[in-house]
Amino acid sequence: MAEGVCVITEFREGSFRRISFEIASEGRRLADELGEPLVALALGESIGDLATDLGNYGVEKVYVLDAPSLKDYRAETYVPVAAEILSNLDPKVILIAASVDGKDFSARLAARLGAGLATDCTQLKVEGGSLKAKRPMYAGKAFAWYEWSDGSWPQMASCRPNVMDCLAPDTSKKAEVEKAKVEVAEGNQTQVVNIEKDAGGKLDLTEADIIVSGGRGMKGPENFAMLEELAKLIGAAVGASRSAVDSGWRPHADQVGQTGKVVTPNLYIACGISGAIQHLAGMSSSKYIVAVNKDPEAPIFSKVDYGVVEDLFKFLPVFIEEVKTLKSTC
Amino acid sequence: MNIVVLLKQVPDTETKIRIGGDGKTIDTSDIKWIMNPYDEYAVEAALRLQESAGAKVTILSMGPERVVESIRTALAMGADQGVLVNDPGTEGSDALGKAKVLAAVLKNLEFDLVCCGHRAVDDDENQVGIMVAELLGIPHLGLAISVELGDGKIRIVRPIEGARVTLEGTLPALVTFGGAHAVWNPRYASLPGIMKAKKKPLETKTIADLGLSPDEVGMQAAKVKITAMELPAERQAGRVLEGETSDKAKELVRLLHEEAKVI
Repeated sequence: MAEGVCVITEFREGSFRRISFEIASEGRRLADELGEPLVALALGESIGDLATDLGNYGVEKVYVLDAPSLKDYRAETYVPVAAEILSNLDPKVILIAASVDGKDFSARLAARLGAGLATDCTQLKVEGGSLKAKRPMYAGKAFAWYEWSDGSWPQMASCRPNVMDCLAPDTSKKAEVEKAKVEVAEGNQTQVVNIEKDAGGKLDLTEADIIVSGGRGMKGPENFAMLEELAKLIGAAVGASRSAVDSGWRPHADQVGQTGKVVTPNLYIACGISGAIQHLAGMSSSKYIVAVNKDPEAPIFSKVDYGVVEDLFKFLPVFIEEVKTLKSTC
Repeated sequence: MNIVVLLKQVPDTETKIRIGGDGKTIDTSDIKWIMNPYDEYAVEAALRLQESAGAKVTILSMGPERVVESIRTALAMGADQGVLVNDPGTEGSDALGKAKVLAAVLKNLEFDLVCCGHRAVDDDENQVGIMVAELLGIPHLGLAISVELGDGKIRIVRPIEGARVTLEGTLPALVTFGGAHAVWNPRYASLPGIMKAKKKPLETKTIADLGLSPDEVGMQAAKVKITAMELPAERQAGRVLEGETSDKAKELVRLLHEEAKVI
């Protein structure tokens, strides 16, 4: 008989990634609604006592899989050990991160477990003892509600980063830890040959709270220095429209839109972006949207909270000075 | 060497999405159908390997008759042959159901490498390709922005948050493709290519041909299903700031700091 909620955390380079606490918090909420316990699975290397901290977010017990072979995420080492534990645990609901690795992991794990999976969910709820999940499709042009077939356990969902409310950590609560035995047979599995970190510890667009984005109106790669400066002041990541990327002005990893990153920051500042449908799809779930564009007819203005109709080369330097003033006074 | 590319046909990315009469699918009238852009990158990568390693490239897809056009486009780009599973019994399949169908075709094909987009830009599920690899019991390497072959090994670069990971696996394997148009610059079909594509073999199969029973796929086998669709809430028309440049800059800083509280 399936029981409980299990969240699969993401551990990288000595700490749990923020999304782990978001899904633990969401898992707690669902477990309470179901009247079931909340447990977690932590895979990685040198997790040590950190797993007990998941208790701060309401996790009761953590099954820790700690081994050198689990240092970096690889489907071939992660999936078999996770599937074995989950088969024994037999949870009703499994939550996992819709991060880059989480998306990869969850699909293979779901196929191994024969579970129904809803990916990149932005809202979860319990109805009649069963999960219902809302997730974007067409990069957010539409949303779909997913339901699981009767008796189809586990119900598996991945959660989009930056969307689920994270509980305020209660440091007095610690999770019980059970070290699970891991036998990872090293064979001819896929190997991690190299990990090259992005320069300057760049914020990933999908996890950034603020994004400053530039389009064709930026006129050339050199002018993005202005956006970089603004981004640094307000702790933002820099994005780009498809035409800026196609022109070779910005790396492809910065592309926002239906064939790029779909983003949900608190603030999205679009500079010199007219607002093609495929771009709007990728950013219109942002909480606040600002556009700076000299064309008052640009479609982007239909999506903004605050619009500035002006030449960005005239406006941005003045705006940056104002931001500096603000930052120096608070 | 044999490469199979999994291809999905999707609505053009410039499509405005409307919900259909049943409330749980989209209205497909007036939609321009295209090859899923990430699958197009997979086709391009496969064709480059076809040239460098002398591979034979097969396009595999599922869906109704209209999908033939996208397969023919891939054949016109240079792929050698196509297979389409066209069976109404596959309708309503969830990701695992679709993966079962594709894996069943692959089990009867010779392949060293399977290529596909990391996601289709309609459902955005990020599932089917990887599930195919699991069902076939072969490794998958996900989200490639570059791919190299040599000595029975395959090496890809995979961007994750804040880093790029280089992975090396053993063939046979499945690779899912990421990146962007600017990374792969997929070739256009040439006029001679289009003419040749008309004569290239394109086989159509049904579920029965694949030895699958009707209750293994489609709606009845689906573990998850869409029960409702909705459009995002329309954003309220925002405020256009007025005045001199410096007034607007001051006002925007004030709004973002005091009203929105985001800076």
